[in-house]
Amino acid sequence: MSESQALIRIEGLSKAYQRGGQQIPVLLDIQLQVQAGEFVALMGPSGSGKSTLLNLIAGIDQPSSGRILFKGVDIATLGEGALADWRAANVGFIFQFYNLMPVLTALENVELPLLLTDLSARQRRQHAEAALQMVRLEDRMDHYPNELSGGQQQRVAIARALVSDPSLIVADEPTGDLDRVTGQEVLDLLEDLNRNLGKTIVMVTHDPKAAARARRLIHLEKGVLVPDEDLEGSKA
Amino acid sequence: MPFLFKLLLKNAFRHKLRTALTLVGLVVALSAFGLLRTIVDAWYAGVEASSSTRLVSRSAISLTFPLPLSYVQRLKGVEGVSGVSWANWFGGIYITERNFFPQFAVEPASYLALYPEYKLKDEERLAFIRDRQGCVVGRKLADKFGWKIGDQIPLRGTIYPGTWTFTVRGIWDGAEAKTDESQLLFHWGLLNESLRKRAAKRADAVGVYIVGINEPQNAAAISQRIDAQFKNSLAETLTETESAFQLSFVSMSEAILVAVQAVSYIIVIIIMAVMANTMTMTARERLAEYATLKALGFGPGFVARLLFGESLMIALVGGALGLALTLPIAGAFAAAAGTLFPVFQVSELTMALQMLAALVVGSVAAAWPAWKMSRIDIVQGLRHVA
Repeated sequence: MSESQALIRIEGLSKAYQRGGQQIPVLLDIQLQVQAGEFVALMGPSGSGKSTLLNLIAGIDQPSSGRILFKGVDIATLGEGALADWRAANVGFIFQFYNLMPVLTALENVELPLLLTDLSARQRRQHAEAALQMVRLEDRMDHYPNELSGGQQQRVAIARALVSDPSLIVADEPTGDLDRVTGQEVLDLLEDLNRNLGKTIVMVTHDPKAAARARRLIHLEKGVLVPDEDLEGSKA
Repeated sequence: MPFLFKLLLKNAFRHKLRTALTLVGLVVALSAFGLLRTIVDAWYAGVEASSSTRLVSRSAISLTFPLPLSYVQRLKGVEGVSGVSWANWFGGIYITERNFFPQFAVEPASYLALYPEYKLKDEERLAFIRDRQGCVVGRKLADKFGWKIGDQIPLRGTIYPGTWTFTVRGIWDGAEAKTDESQLLFHWGLLNESLRKRAAKRADAVGVYIVGINEPQNAAAISQRIDAQFKNSLAETLTETESAFQLSFVSMSEAILVAVQAVSYIIVIIIMAVMANTMTMTARERLAEYATLKALGFGPGFVARLLFGESLMIALVGGALGLALTLPIAGAFAAAAGTLFPVFQVSELTMALQMLAALVVGSVAAAWPAWKMSRIDIVQGLRHVA
């Protein structure tokens, strides 16, 4: 992997939590690079630090030490406001429990991140409709989350993650709350986004079948990376 | 409809029952606040309606001690005085004690000249002046008892014994909303004649003198001149502006008024606490949503605005409904209170204060949860879902 092409370069990243006066290390001296257009699965047992690593990559948590370079910019040094702006411009989020606003329709939920852009209301609506069409939910635009199935809600969440055309999509157990068939549909969609739209995806999962959809698998054990496994070769 | 406003509206009515109950609380509290303030205002209505061009001279000993009628000419001679009239409190009962309203024996021509805010038709004014058995009444009083011109009004005297019957010769309308329309005025001469016959020692005595002045800015100096005139006499005077005279009555019940005002503010504080509790519960329930918004790139200010906006929206709807309800409640209260309050109107200031109170309640209630939610840790907030 070429260092110059890396979308994300992580150097000496460590994270520890303070619990009752004690430092609990979660991540230890992580070195990692993610290239633009990669689909990376982060796997590991519970407590291995995979979600913490994902949160740090997504800029919603701060490291104890080390650097997280995104297109050459160390996001660990950004202030709260700048980091929020960075997330809005660069990261699309997919959560395990969808995290949709229950009072907003599918279309409005997808439109939400666009409030942070300079787009007009009409343009926002057009973008949101296009994103919903991409996840094949154009006929459910005016439905509220509680009127949609789990799989449909996650597809709305994917549309929300896509709508602002971010460079990076982070997905935390995107199929964790779904049955097997619906989970496969969501993974198909993620795979499609990666292959056809070139979206860089970093996904945390504990499900080996879900991880197998990624093009690269990263294992974490007790906060330490174990060597990469290239899934492209095995898939081919 | 702008997206943010739509989101606020949908959030505000997400828990319909909770919002409805909060609104009921706000409506009750703010209409009670408005009503209590109106009661206090009504107490001060006499002061508000006072004219700056009138002074009141009474006995320096006490209002219950009369002044001699002979002071009239000397008062007219005081520099700065433009007119003099006089009045005695009658204190009669109309059918039953429950029908209380103020009655004064006055010198008609000079009295009405000093009270231009009592709008009487010329023919009614003349009819009153000509008929010594006649009386004039305010519109509110006439409406309450259904009196019309020519009706006979029997009053049972308490200070002046006997049954006194007067013929309604005129009904005045107040020039302004604050003008007192709850009084009955009749001829002082009639009262005096009767006293001369039945209790001569009480005759030719005046309860208060009403002194007209042209230059309100000289009220203090003129009052001093009047009192100096009668210093060291058997009946020394105490002269003050009509407003100060009215205020002296109000001050007798000041403790009650202070208590009423305090209760009105306490009600607002209570609803503020209730509303703050509602907003805190709301914020706690939506912790994950605010964390999600922050993860998506929305700043702490946006989260704070969502909570402030929602709280203000509920508070202002409650305030508007409370204000709207205050008017019929005040109307019903005024009808029930009869002529106890000569003027009972929800003032513009009270309405403005009601809306201000709603604004303060909404802002204060959202302050803590907005501050707290704007500072939530995204990761912790997102875990709230899981």
